[in-house]
Amino acid sequence: MFGALIIVFREVIEAGLIVGIVMAVTQGVHGSRLVVAAGVAAGMVGASLVAAFAGVIANGLAGVGQEVFNASILLIAVVMLIWHNVWMASHGRELAADVKRVGEAVRTGSRSIVALGVVCAVAVMREGSEVALFMYGLVASGGSTAMELIAGSILGLLAGVGVTAVTYLGLVTIPPRRLFAVTTLLISFLAAGLAAQAVLFLQQAGVVTALEQTAWDTSGILSDTSLFGRVLHTLVGYSDQPSVLQVVVYVAVLAIILVLTKAFGPRRAPSPQARSAPAK
Amino acid sequence: MTFARAISVRDVSLSIFAAGLALGVGALPSSADEPVKVSITLKDHKFSPAEPTAPAGQPIVLEVSNQDGTPAEFESKVFRVEKVIVGGGTVTINLRPLKPGRYRFFDDYHEATTEGFLVVQ
Repeated sequence: MFGALIIVFREVIEAGLIVGIVMAVTQGVHGSRLVVAAGVAAGMVGASLVAAFAGVIANGLAGVGQEVFNASILLIAVVMLIWHNVWMASHGRELAADVKRVGEAVRTGSRSIVALGVVCAVAVMREGSEVALFMYGLVASGGSTAMELIAGSILGLLAGVGVTAVTYLGLVTIPPRRLFAVTTLLISFLAAGLAAQAVLFLQQAGVVTALEQTAWDTSGILSDTSLFGRVLHTLVGYSDQPSVLQVVVYVAVLAIILVLTKAFGPRRAPSPQARSAPAK
Repeated sequence: MTFARAISVRDVSLSIFAAGLALGVGALPSSADEPVKVSITLKDHKFSPAEPTAPAGQPIVLEVSNQDGTPAEFESKVFRVEKVIVGGGTVTINLRPLKPGRYRFFDDYHEATTEGFLVVQ
């Protein structure tokens, strides 16, 4: 039972962390809870569909359908996260800092929130499909220990929800002004890590063959399948044996986010005078 | 700001999916080196053979056939492979030329009991 708990928990950590971060990022924005809930629900439906059609997906595209599918949905999440950060750079800073304009943030922010809802859906769908397959296997195999393993799996799922709660509650203790900077950083690293994962799948599929050499091997120090390694894997994209191309793409995504947020962000930081100027 | 307004969620996801498809189609076989085929079956959550052998320095195609009724996830850290195999399903995994050694693989759903080694010599 404990084994099943760990297997399921390991799969849902990533989704749990991502949903927690998104909840903290969108905290206080009207309608955001609904969007996150809809994203998670859509992700669960998607996970069941992906699990049900796993055979079809695996055999698609000359046998590399599974890899290309995984890479595609990861890249969707990357684009959504980059877009959110760029959007926040161009609108969010002033809005978040000025409580009087929260109403405006709600109206203009809806699109960016939907992007984060998509990120939740994608995260739940990808990890959830493996959990669904694992649990289907338990049910299908039956046997005397099946019920116990299923109970363990359900506890693993609940532990994943716990990760979401801890992440969210931890982040919202950060003062609002600093929360913006923290979540921007978190989302940047999250996007870079997910892009590196997408590269892994494309290399696995043989779609991308450049720079396949292993950049470093730190599996002896911290395995990325251990619980702590898994958390770091999601938060900053830690991998114990990444390929060179994964490292290159990781750095490139961080650079792209930096350049775009600078390009779309405010020309200069608001001066103290502008801040204390009376509102119209 | 026009950036956010100009692109809708649907456009972005559609174009990425299309890009993914295009990449996938581009990946159809184009091998000059004849890859060596290694077949492994998975039955009662055991790999057979548990220690298949393959020559060093040549591309390898692993064909893993799951003869159990339940899904498995073929995974190997050294090959950087993580692939679901449905009950009764078969997947192929392309490996680049390898140096001699023992390369571990396992079923992620039963890692404690289901493992094997690809012996490259």
